Amino acid sequence: MIRLSKHDKSVLNGEHGPAAKMAIKIIIRMAGVYGADRLMNIEAAHIDSSLYMGDATLEFAEHLVSQGAQVVVPSTLNVSGVDEHGWGAWSVPPDWAEKAQRQMAAYVTMGCVPTWTCAPYQTEHRPHFGQQIAWGESNAIAFANSVIGARTERYPDLLDICAAITGRVPAVGYHLEENRRGQLHLPLVDVPNQLQENDGFYPVLGHLVGKVAQDKVPVLTGFDVSPTEDHLKAFGAAAASSGTVGLYHIIGVTPEAPTIAAAFHGREPERVVEVTMEALRGARAELSTAEGEKLDMVVLGSPHFSLSEFQLLAQLLEGRKKAPQAEFLITSSRAMTMLAEKTGSLETIKQFGGKITLDTCILTTPMLPDSIRILMTNSAKYAYYAPGMLNTQVIFGSLEDCVRSAVEGRVVRDEGLWNT
Amino acid sequence: MEHIIQATVVVAGSAKGELLISNEPLSFWGGYDQESGEIIDRRHPLSGQNAAGKILGVPFSRGSSTTTAVLLEAVRAGKAPAAIITTRKDAFFALASIVADEMYDAPIPIVVVPKVQFERLKSGDWLELDEDGRIVVEGKQALRK
Repeated sequence: MIRLSKHDKSVLNGEHGPAAKMAIKIIIRMAGVYGADRLMNIEAAHIDSSLYMGDATLEFAEHLVSQGAQVVVPSTLNVSGVDEHGWGAWSVPPDWAEKAQRQMAAYVTMGCVPTWTCAPYQTEHRPHFGQQIAWGESNAIAFANSVIGARTERYPDLLDICAAITGRVPAVGYHLEENRRGQLHLPLVDVPNQLQENDGFYPVLGHLVGKVAQDKVPVLTGFDVSPTEDHLKAFGAAAASSGTVGLYHIIGVTPEAPTIAAAFHGREPERVVEVTMEALRGARAELSTAEGEKLDMVVLGSPHFSLSEFQLLAQLLEGRKKAPQAEFLITSSRAMTMLAEKTGSLETIKQFGGKITLDTCILTTPMLPDSIRILMTNSAKYAYYAPGMLNTQVIFGSLEDCVRSAVEGRVVRDEGLWNT
Repeated sequence: MEHIIQATVVVAGSAKGELLISNEPLSFWGGYDQESGEIIDRRHPLSGQNAAGKILGVPFSRGSSTTTAVLLEAVRAGKAPAAIITTRKDAFFALASIVADEMYDAPIPIVVVPKVQFERLKSGDWLELDEDGRIVVEGKQALRK
């Protein structure tokens, strides 16, 4: 049975308005599902509900607004259903754009910060170690828990905004210390350093780990190089697509895993699964559905491109031009793109023939014309979802593979690193 | 051949229909077409099958936190499963059903059955679920009579 605080009861009685009442009702019913015995406070939220999915999500948002909903903790917004200022250049139906913008407006009216990004950890709203937060968006959840050491359960759409409106969540899951211990041990076995240094390694590793771990907390060992934040972002997004990974530990890399004993809270792993080159090659093959050289578009930026990725890309593109038959698209946030502009990276990308889509991504807005049939990407998340959601074929490659392919106008991949 | 399973109720409700079941978890975002009920995750064993109005059995939801929104959209569009059976409490399915109740008075029954019994169920079985989580299972043969 759940114990409610005096405050919870007053919200439930409608003393804080009808929207807060509905939100806490949903939170309390969910506490029952989770088996929580109490609610707890959160200090911040990241709202995935802002994503326009159709009439129901729009009705939910506008209903909350009509009932006077206001967030009571700083709340960032995930990607939107449309690039607010750039959608007209693509195949987005005007009716979709109008409704997606209404949904955006509803969440801003509730007091959320219009960050419009699936990588809120790249902004000034990044949480800190140990902070209790309620985040939606699977890749962001994995990053906040694992890389930063903030504490969030995996918040689904519609619940994240209820948490933000009430500041209360069921005290369960990754909010609680005991649920943050590692469960599976996944040692890397004979993975060459050169591969570990390559950006193309991390999405593949994440895809494999997600399938093995499903919803368990995996602990990885055997890294000889220190992955960058962009590598960890790509890894977590992949593991949260093929699996349900909301928290992982890498010994010596992530903050709750200085040692194996610390990561497992002094207990034994439930299972040990070796990460071999053979398994990695299999995972890499699964991320591609197309064969041959034909290519319609290279798309980068899921999760949203960071400033350092813009800079790295600009170095690779300097003085080069993409082939006319292939499009080259990057999806990112307003904040990162503005910084990329200031550092000059954006200009280089435009000279190359690249385009930028802000606020959203190819999976969350119907922007791609039917002529785009074969995508190439360095994102396991794009690779995982595009075939089903966009009915396109996809080829996974490293950033360099993607750039070279765009220049040559055909799929080219460096197999060398994978065949050792 | 008929048998009975006692399920644990997550969101109560009654339903009957043909079962569509897989041991593979499913993300509704990118995996379920809210306008038709088709399973569209091309890597999922149920890819191409239609779950609208059927009872869907998957061990739990996987991946994206947008699964709830897709399921809510499917409810509104009349293309949701009639009920969902999992092997353990799935908060994402439960939330979509609870919000469907709050918004549209149309919750989807969600129940948990023990793994061994889940694994004995087959696509095509005819199921009748009541408010208390009692499931009457009729095998495929029953459908052909």
